[in-house]
Amino acid sequence: MKKTQTETLKKVWNYLKSYRMQIVSSLLLAGVVVATTLYAPILVGQAVDHIADRGKVEFSVVSRILLRLVAVSLITGGCQWIMNLLNNRIVYHVVRDIRKDVFGRLQRLPLRFMDNHPHGDVVSRVISDADQFADGLLLGFTQLFTGVITILGTLLFMLSLNPWITLVVVCLTPLSLLVANYIAKSTFSFFKEQSAIRGVQTACVDELIGNQKVVQAFLQEERALEQFEEINERLEKSSLKAIFFSSLTNPCTRFINSIVYAAVALSGAYAAIQGRISIGDLTCFLSYAKQYTKPFNEISGVVTELQNAIACAGRLFALLEEAEQVPDREDALVLKEVKGEISFEQVSFSYVPEKPLIEAVSLKAGPGEKIAIVGPTGCGKTTLINLLMRFYDVTDGRITADGRDIRDYTRKSLRAGFGMVLQDTWLKEGTVLENISMGNRKATREEVVQAARAAHAHSFIKRLPQGYDTWLSENGGGLSQGQKQLICIARIMLVMPPVLILDEATSSIDTRTELKIQEAFGRLMEGRVSFIVAHRLSTIKDADRILVMKDGNIIEQGNHLQLLEKKGFYYQLYHSD
Amino acid sequence: MKKLLRFLHGYQKESILGPLFKLLEATLELFVPLVVASLIDVGIGTGDRGYIFRMFVYLILLGLIGLLFSVTAQYFAARAAVGFVKKIRQALFAHMESLSYKEIDRLGTSNMITRMTSDVNQVQSGMNLTLRLLLRSPFVVAGAFVMAWQIDRQVAWRLGLTILVLTLIVFGIMFLTIPLYKKVQQKVDRVLAATRENLVGVRVIRAFGMEEEEIREFSEKQKELTGAQIFVGRISALLNPLSYVVINMGIALMIWKGALQVEAGLLTQGAVVALYNYMAQILEELIKLANMIINLTKAVACGNRIQEVFELESSQYYPKETEGIPDKTVPQVIFDQVSLKYSEGGEKSLNHISFSVLKGMTVGIIGGTGSGKTSLVNLIPRFYDATGGKVFIEGIEVSRYSKKELRNKIGVVPQTSVLVKGSIAENLCWGNANAGEKELWEALEIAQAKEMVESKEGKLDFPIAQNGRNLSGGQRQRLTIARALVKKPEILILDDSSSALDYATDAALRKALAGMQDRPTVFIVSQRTISIQHADLILVLEDGELVGRGTHETLLRSCKVYEEIYASQFKQEVNAL
Repeated sequence: MKKTQTETLKKVWNYLKSYRMQIVSSLLLAGVVVATTLYAPILVGQAVDHIADRGKVEFSVVSRILLRLVAVSLITGGCQWIMNLLNNRIVYHVVRDIRKDVFGRLQRLPLRFMDNHPHGDVVSRVISDADQFADGLLLGFTQLFTGVITILGTLLFMLSLNPWITLVVVCLTPLSLLVANYIAKSTFSFFKEQSAIRGVQTACVDELIGNQKVVQAFLQEERALEQFEEINERLEKSSLKAIFFSSLTNPCTRFINSIVYAAVALSGAYAAIQGRISIGDLTCFLSYAKQYTKPFNEISGVVTELQNAIACAGRLFALLEEAEQVPDREDALVLKEVKGEISFEQVSFSYVPEKPLIEAVSLKAGPGEKIAIVGPTGCGKTTLINLLMRFYDVTDGRITADGRDIRDYTRKSLRAGFGMVLQDTWLKEGTVLENISMGNRKATREEVVQAARAAHAHSFIKRLPQGYDTWLSENGGGLSQGQKQLICIARIMLVMPPVLILDEATSSIDTRTELKIQEAFGRLMEGRVSFIVAHRLSTIKDADRILVMKDGNIIEQGNHLQLLEKKGFYYQLYHSD
Repeated sequence: MKKLLRFLHGYQKESILGPLFKLLEATLELFVPLVVASLIDVGIGTGDRGYIFRMFVYLILLGLIGLLFSVTAQYFAARAAVGFVKKIRQALFAHMESLSYKEIDRLGTSNMITRMTSDVNQVQSGMNLTLRLLLRSPFVVAGAFVMAWQIDRQVAWRLGLTILVLTLIVFGIMFLTIPLYKKVQQKVDRVLAATRENLVGVRVIRAFGMEEEEIREFSEKQKELTGAQIFVGRISALLNPLSYVVINMGIALMIWKGALQVEAGLLTQGAVVALYNYMAQILEELIKLANMIINLTKAVACGNRIQEVFELESSQYYPKETEGIPDKTVPQVIFDQVSLKYSEGGEKSLNHISFSVLKGMTVGIIGGTGSGKTSLVNLIPRFYDATGGKVFIEGIEVSRYSKKELRNKIGVVPQTSVLVKGSIAENLCWGNANAGEKELWEALEIAQAKEMVESKEGKLDFPIAQNGRNLSGGQRQRLTIARALVKKPEILILDDSSSALDYATDAALRKALAGMQDRPTVFIVSQRTISIQHADLILVLEDGELVGRGTHETLLRSCKVYEEIYASQFKQEVNAL
C-alpha cells in the first residue's frame, strides 16, 4: 500500500474512531456468522450419515443433530441481523459526519477555491464520494474480513474431513478467477468503444434535441433523424459486442465450478468406497465446493472497491484540507453605522502571482457619491468589487472603510454594511418572499412588498401563480433573467445598505424600467456611496465620477461630459459601440 | 413500460430463443443432484468405480452442454436487448422532433436529453437482465420442486412450504422497501441540490452573512436523509438472516421426514442428499431473483418515464395539403384579436392584438422585458397556437397551412444563435438544401458576414464546432441571419437578432435588407429604438397589450411608452455620437 493511502486510512480512522465499539462488535459478529454458517453443512452431513438405510436410521441422534442445526441457524440469523444494523448505523453516521464537516468547510474556504473548481466536481465529492467511501470502505472491509475467514474456515473444515479432496478443490478453484479476469480484460476495449460512441451520441442529442426549436423552424427534422440514425446503428453494433462478450463471464465461471464439483464428487466417491470418508462428509464437501469459490469472486471485487473507496476518501480529505480563508483578526472590530468613506490606497492584486491584474490603484469615495466603473472585458472591474467585499484580499496596498483597513473589521459586519447586486442573479430554492427577505429575515410582508415596488418587481410578482408565495425552484425556475435581476434588486432595496455595489445589475432589464429603478436607487442612495460596474451607457452616464479601467489601471476619471470632451479611451469605447 | 414492449417487434425470435436456451441450461442443472444421488446410491453403494467415473463424465458433460446453451442464450438476449433499445431510441428521437414548441417547453430540454440517454441505457440493461435471468430463477425454483416431487412427495411438500415462506419474505421485504428507497433518493437529491445551490450562490451567501443559516439548513436535510436511510436499512437488513433461518428450518424438517421415509424403505440415502441439494439451489436462485427485481424496478421506472414522452402528443395538427388558395390581394399578415396564454390559469402573454401588414413592409416590434414581443412573432410561423383570435397569412389562417408550405414561406432568426456541428455551407443549407454557392455568398453579404467567412480557413467549408462554440456571439448571429436569408423567405423574422452586433453593422444590415430584390416582409423585434425607427410600422407592446401602433414620428407624439423608451436611449446615443 502506498504512503498516501496509508495516510488517508489514518484520517479515515479519525472518523471511524467514535464508532469503534460498534465496529469491533460488528467484526466479532461477522466471525460468529462465518463459523456457524460453515458448521451447518457439517451438521447436515452428520444427519445424513445417521440415516444410512432402512433399519439403520438412528432417530434420537438425527433429532438431536437437527435441533442443533435449527439452533445454530437461529444464532447465525440473529448475529447477522445485528451485524447488518450496526453496519448501517456506522456507514450512515460516518457519511453524515463527513458531509457536515465538508459543508462547514466550504463556508470557510476562500472564494478563490469556488472560482477555480468546477461546482460539479465539488458536488460529486460531497455526495457520491462520501457515499462510496463509507459504503465501500466499511462494507468492503467487512466483506473482505468475512471472505478471508470463510476461505480459511472452509479450508480448515475441509482439511479436517479429508486433505486429498481438499487439495483438488484448492488447485482447481483459482481457474475460475483466471477466466473471469481474462474476460474482463479482453472486453475492456469493447466497453471503451461503446462509451466513446455513446459520447458522440449524447453530443448529437444535446445539439439536435437541445436546439429542437430551430431544427423544426428550418424543417430539418428528417436530416437530424438521419444523422442520429447513423450513430445509433454504430452504437447498436458496438453495444452488442460489449454486452455479449462481457456476459460470458458467468457461464464460463459456472462451467469451471461444475468441473470442480464433478472432481470433488469423483475423488470423494473413490474415497468413500475405500471407507476413508462417510456419505455425510461427501455431502458436506460438495456444498463446500460450491461455497468455496464465492468468497474468491467477492474478494477480487472487494479489493477494487476498497481501492476506489480510498480514492474517494482521498478526494474528500483534499477538500477538508484546503486552506481556509485568512480568519478574522482576533481583535477584529464590528463595523457599525458605516459612514461610507471608502478609499483604495495603492491597491495591487493578482489572481495568479505571475500575472498582475490590478496595479497600484488608488481612489476615494465619500458619502453621497455615485461612482461608475467602465472598461473592456477583463480589465479588472469586477475584481475591484471582489476586493471591496473581501471575497479576495489585496496582495499589496490597502482598502479602508471609515478610515480603517477593512481587514480590521469582521467579514460579517463589513459585508453587512455593503449591499451587492451581481449580474449572475442567484435565487435560492424557496418562495419569492423568502428570497427578497434574505438580507433581513425580520422584515414584515409589507416591507417586502414595499421593496419589490421600489424595484419595479411588484407588478410581475403579483401576476405569478401564488404571488409572493410562489415557490421558485433551483435558481429561479421559470423566471426570465430580467425578472430575476428585479428580485435581486428588491432584496437590496429591503436592506438599504450604507454602501451599494451594482455589478452589471441591470444588464438584462429594458432601458425604460432601468431608468425607473435608477430613480428609486437615487432616492435610496441619498447620502450614501454606490459603486456601479456597467457596460450600458444609460446605466452610468449620471454617475458623479466615472473610472475608466484598462488592463488593471484607472486610465481616465471624470463625469460623462468631461470624459467625452477628453476624446480619450472612454470616447472610443462608446463611439464604437 | 408494457407499451414499450412493442419495440421488441422484429426481435421476437431472439427474445424467445434467449430465455429458451436459458431454460434448457437450467434444466441441465436440475439433473446434477440426480446424478450425484445415483453416484452415492449405486456407485458408492456397490463400490463400482467404472460407474462412478461414468457419473463424473456425465457431470462434466452437463456442465459443458450447459455452457453452450447459456452462451447461445446470452447472445440472443444481448441482440434482442440492444436491438430493442435501438428501436426505442430511434422512435423517441423521431417522436421528440414531432412535438410542438408547447410540449418542448413542458418537457424541458434537459429532461429530454436524460430520457434519450441515461434512461434508455437503464432500459437496455434491464431488458438484457430480464431475458437472461427473469425466467431462469423461477424456473429453477419450480424445476427443483418438481424434481423433488418426483423423488418423494412427502418430503417435497415440505420443500414447497419452505419455498412459499421464502417467497413471501423476499417479496414482502421488497414490497416494503422499494417505496422507501425512492424516498431516500429524493432526500439525496435535496442534499445534492443544497450543496450545488450553496456553491453557485457563494457570493450572495457571504455578502448577506448567511453561512450559519446555510449550515443549519444543510444539516437538517442531511439529518432527514440519515434517518430515512437507517429506517429502510432496518427492514432490508432482515432479508438475509430471515431467509437463512427459514431455509435451515426447512432443511431440518426435510431431513427429519427423509429419515422417516428411509426407515420405511421408501427413500435412499442418496436421494436425501439430492433433496438437500435442491433446497440449496432454491435458496441461491431466490436471492438472485430478489437482487434482480430491485434492478428491474429501476429499469421499469426509466421505461415508464420514456413511455410518458411517447404519450405526449403534439398539440398541433397540420393538414397534409394547405386548405385554400393564398390570396395575394389582401394584406400579407393579419392578426385579428389575437390572445396567447402559455398555460391554463396563467397570465395572458398577449391580449387582443390586431394589426395587418402589407407585403414588403418592415415592421418593428418594441417593448420592455416580458412584454410579449417574441410571443407575438412566434405566432406567425405557428410555433405556438393562438389561444384566442386568428392569425392569417395571405388570407388563409395559419393553422390551415401544411407545415412545409408555412415554414418555407418564413425565415426565422431566433434570439439565441444556434449553429450545429458541420461546415458553414452545411449550416447555411438548412435554409435551402439546393442553394448554390452563389446564393450562399449573396446571403452572407446581406447578413454582413461575407468578410468574416472569407477570412476563415476553408471559407464556406470552415468546420463549425458543436453548438458553434468556435465562433463569437456576433459571428454566430450573422450566420444565423444568412441562414434564414438562404431560404429566400417571403417573411423574415429577426427576433432581437442584432443584439450582438455593433451599431454600425446593425445599420448596414438594415440597409442591405432594404435594398434586396424581392424584398421580404420583415419583422424586427428589438429593445433598441434605433433598430426600428425607420420601420413602416412600429408595434409597441407592454405587458402583452398593444399600446401603440404607427411610425416613429406618430408614436413619439401619441404613445407615452414609446416616448419613454426612446428618451431612455436617445440621450445615450446623442451623447455617445
